[in-house]
Amino acid sequence: MTPTLTLFLTISAALFSIGLLAALSRRHAIFILIGIEMMLAAANLNFVAFWRFSPQPQPPIGVMVAIFSIAIAAAEAAVGLALVIAIYRHYRTTNVDQLDQLQG
Amino acid sequence: MSTAAFIVIAILTLAPALAAASLPKLIHAALSFALAFVGIAAFFFLLGAEFVGLVQIFVYIGAVAVLIVFTILLTRRDAATPDKFNWGGVVIAIAVFGGLIWAIFLTPGLSIAPPQIEALTVKRIGEVLMTDYVWPLQCVGLVLTAALIGALILVMEEKP
Amino acid sequence: MSWIVTNLWLIPAAPLAASLIILSLANSRRSAAAGLAIIGQIAALALSILAFLPTLQAPGYRSVHNFTWFTFGEQTLRIGWMIDPLAAAMLFMITLVSLCIFIFSIGYMAGDKNFNRFFAYLSFFSAAMLGVVIADSLLLLFICWELVGLASYLLIGFWIDRPSAAAAAKKAFITTRIGDLGFFLGILWLYGGSGTLLFYDGGNGCLEKAGLLALGASATFVALLIFCGAVGKSGQFPLHVWLPDAMEGPTPVSALIHAATMVAAGVFLVARVYPLFSFGAVDGVTPSLTVVVLIGTITALMASLIALGQFDIKRILAYSTVSQLGLMMVSLGVGGVAAGMMHLIAHGFFKALLFLGAGSVIHGCHHEQDIRKMGGLRRLMPISFLTYAIGMMTLSGVPFFFSGGWTKEEILHATVHWHVSHIPHYLMLAGVVLTALYMTRQMIYIFFGNRRAASENAHESPPVMTLPLIALAICSIALSVVLTPAWPWLHGYLTGEPAHFDIALLVQPMLFVSLALVAVGIGLGFVMYGKAGREDRHRTAETDPLEHVQPALFHFLENKMWLDEIYDRTVVAWSRMAARISDWMDRHFWDGLVRGFGGLGQLFGIFSANFDERGINVGVDETMTGTRGLGRVMSAWHSGQIQTYLGIIAVGMLALLILYAWLA
Repeated sequence: MTPTLTLFLTISAALFSIGLLAALSRRHAIFILIGIEMMLAAANLNFVAFWRFSPQPQPPIGVMVAIFSIAIAAAEAAVGLALVIAIYRHYRTTNVDQLDQLQG
Repeated sequence: MSTAAFIVIAILTLAPALAAASLPKLIHAALSFALAFVGIAAFFFLLGAEFVGLVQIFVYIGAVAVLIVFTILLTRRDAATPDKFNWGGVVIAIAVFGGLIWAIFLTPGLSIAPPQIEALTVKRIGEVLMTDYVWPLQCVGLVLTAALIGALILVMEEKP
Repeated sequence: MSWIVTNLWLIPAAPLAASLIILSLANSRRSAAAGLAIIGQIAALALSILAFLPTLQAPGYRSVHNFTWFTFGEQTLRIGWMIDPLAAAMLFMITLVSLCIFIFSIGYMAGDKNFNRFFAYLSFFSAAMLGVVIADSLLLLFICWELVGLASYLLIGFWIDRPSAAAAAKKAFITTRIGDLGFFLGILWLYGGSGTLLFYDGGNGCLEKAGLLALGASATFVALLIFCGAVGKSGQFPLHVWLPDAMEGPTPVSALIHAATMVAAGVFLVARVYPLFSFGAVDGVTPSLTVVVLIGTITALMASLIALGQFDIKRILAYSTVSQLGLMMVSLGVGGVAAGMMHLIAHGFFKALLFLGAGSVIHGCHHEQDIRKMGGLRRLMPISFLTYAIGMMTLSGVPFFFSGGWTKEEILHATVHWHVSHIPHYLMLAGVVLTALYMTRQMIYIFFGNRRAASENAHESPPVMTLPLIALAICSIALSVVLTPAWPWLHGYLTGEPAHFDIALLVQPMLFVSLALVAVGIGLGFVMYGKAGREDRHRTAETDPLEHVQPALFHFLENKMWLDEIYDRTVVAWSRMAARISDWMDRHFWDGLVRGFGGLGQLFGIFSANFDERGINVGVDETMTGTRGLGRVMSAWHSGQIQTYLGIIAVGMLALLILYAWLA
């Protein structure tokens, strides 16, 4: 059976959920970043899948969005990791449970 | 597009992803994270968006994953100790997955075969990038510049 | 000349305009004030003569001018004026007498500082009285009637710094008011019964056939109620008590109002609405007319008796007026309408003459009014004496030359022919004697005998005062020409019957009877009172001869038959008690009610305040505390845990997804 759009979407949904799982269930700050990157990748997959399965001919919108998304993800990962390093320097921990300054 | 390739790549993607979420040791998780991205890149190839797949490999694996490994190295003290697992997160993740699946199967007309497509050349991408998407391109450039500067500032040592 | 009928309103308008203009003049411009008043009167007189002429055209002439005053909803209110022999004769008499009195007042009130106000009020009174005469609508008549009462009040109390004058004015107004209450009820009943207040309206008036039939049997009651007003205004028993007190006003006022005109308004009213009285008459007799005769008789006799016991020159004349008015009422009641009206017109002239003569005497004796202090003025004030004598003889009823004699003749003639009883006739004969008696008494006290205290420096009055006296005296004599039975022109004019000249009718049996009675009266007077004149010149007359003979009777008469005191004990006392009760009610009951409501309001205020303080404030405070507490609780939810936040975002996103899917 040729892979249908549904299948691709299912894979992307699964990937998204796994990313979410990673973000929610681990204590280390870097794990949250990993989870976020995974979620972004899943979304990219979604875009490209939709572009591939949409009626042709059409401009490569999905592909463009995916490219930009990757660029932004890279920038965001860089900043996020810089943040983690800064926090580690200041608080000497990367356990998010202990980073509760926002508690009100 | 063959089914077998699809299944293989699927397994190749999902298994390391799960591993990245659940492995106790951080380095193992980071490496399996990189492997998952390889799988996603393969998916891109499968979908006919080769350029995106290559960009994915360059940026994600070559840059982001490496960055993550560097950061782990720089925050070594806690890296060795395994941390607790939060089962509440699992529940939420499963719920979200369920919701998404439900939404997918609720939508009619999604079980379609991939239509014929002319190959998406780099030339074409370049054309589109420089005409329709020139504005986002410039903005992304700005964002990247800002991120670069911001990251530098964040990790700069404060002058005593 | 229908112009004059349409513009009859000019006759009262002229004096009214004069009055208003005088009121706006400064106090110093006296000659202007007097001049304006007299011009107003002359204008009214001229117009009255002008109005008089058309009535000579045909017997029973009546010309009416009615118009719609205003409409309310579907009903219209029509008023109007009319001219007929009755009105024309009255107009003539009123304007002529008023003119004489106005001229007299210039001299009499010369020393008074409220000269202008006096003439303004006099003119106003004149206007109102003329309005009463020409009114064709009972409503218009009532309005002018009330204005006449107002003018009388203002004039009686003219000397505002005298408390007795103010009290007299109040008494006059209130007493006539009581009568006017009955009058007003009569008007209401009449309007309800006949649907119109116009007297003559081309067949639809309330005095014409259709209106009277609509009233039916209630005509008697309506007539009696209207008669109440006449009783009040003309000083009949029991509402006569104000008239003698009204002598507190200046003498010209007494002359004009309380002798010649205003009190005549009551008699005029009865004559005007006579068809109401005589409706359904059997042999010329109805219950209402009988009541009129009764009251008139009582009044005439009572007043003449009281006059015998009075010592104030004006009071004697006042009671004389009351008595004569009673006589006129008797005349109207027995069916002698023309006779009564003739006597009214003649009375206007000679009573004014007598009052002005009294005024001249008072003025000459330096404002002394007690006749016991006068005497022997015959030689000191000859013109006054002569004119007064003419007036006295006219009043007493000396026939042949004096109009009063002839009119009294007519009245006695009418009373003979009354079918109910002859008692009024005999009583009126007695009245003739009494009239002659008290007038003779007055004349002797004032003009004959030796001079007493006040007549020491007496002098004759200036021509401005004596000329009107002479004029009125001449009128009194001249009027008799048209009153004789030989040529009963005035009688014919008033009744609409043709008058024949028949010298034989000059002499009648009745004539000799009355002549004899008058002679008896005058003779008795001289016999009883002649000695009083010959008292010592430096003493006042100590006791009246009658007092000598019958002290109890004299005191009874001197104190006006104690009627004022009776009224004081009864009516006044009752009204005072009613006032006290009302005051108590008002002070305690109604006031208490109002205060109760106030208390309720206060209670409500207290309740409101408490509710606001305890309920609302506390509620607001509690809400604040609760909000703050809630805020504290909710801020505690912020754990600061990033993963918690992320988890909640994911859940929220899932919820939105489901919602979106559901909605689509």
